[in-house]
Amino acid sequence: MSAGGTHTHNPRALQPTVSRGWWLERGSYFMFMMRELSCVFVAWFVVYLLLLVRAVGRGEAFYQQFLQRSAEPGIVLLNFISLLFVVYHTVTFFNLVPQVMVVSAGGKRVPGSLIGASHYAAWAVVSAVVAWVLLGG
Amino acid sequence: MAKLRLEPFLWLLFSGGGVFAALMMPVLLLLFGLAFPLGWIAPPGYAHLLAVLSHPLTRLVLLALCVLSLFHWAHRFRYTVVDAFKVKHLSMVITPLCYLVAIAGSVVAAYLIWRVP
Repeated sequence: MSAGGTHTHNPRALQPTVSRGWWLERGSYFMFMMRELSCVFVAWFVVYLLLLVRAVGRGEAFYQQFLQRSAEPGIVLLNFISLLFVVYHTVTFFNLVPQVMVVSAGGKRVPGSLIGASHYAAWAVVSAVVAWVLLGG
Repeated sequence: MAKLRLEPFLWLLFSGGGVFAALMMPVLLLLFGLAFPLGWIAPPGYAHLLAVLSHPLTRLVLLALCVLSLFHWAHRFRYTVVDAFKVKHLSMVITPLCYLVAIAGSVVAAYLIWRVP
């Protein structure tokens, strides 16, 4: 009866209890946590990118060494998982944009689908430009 | 009070980093993480990559990508750790630690990008 403390008039007893593994209880909670976790892979890629920059700054031999290391199975696996998370980040981020960004043109609100689509178009353009610059222009 | 006024600015950095990472990281990761190492595409030659990296515009974009992405990480990670592990009582430690890592990382990024000849 008094085991749960529900008969006391202590307001603290009314606090809901959330289990430590709450985000494993539902698919949507899990996907939310995966979205949040994507930031770890974003941070890893900054580290990876800076290792590349450092190698290029040091000289050609270091750049070749970087390329060799990047082909190690563990690194390739980590980067493959990172790519999945980073793409998930991109999709979830762009799907959120129409909800937080209100753009009006000619006194009318631009539909969210158009704002979302423009971000995907920008993604395609930026990807193409980056690839073009890196692969020789 | 100071924390209250800082919060919108931190959110802006989070958001900016989110956009930068969303636009640029998938293609960079696909190329440098998979396509070049696995031999799908020949990696750029050293001279070409050096020329690209030493261009002022590349340095600027790269620095913005690194700094904003790190602050994006810091902002999201602090909430993720506190929510996932239910350690709200530790947020006074976790929050400054995350931003300190982002600041330190930004300094390192600026130094490395600056040092490319």
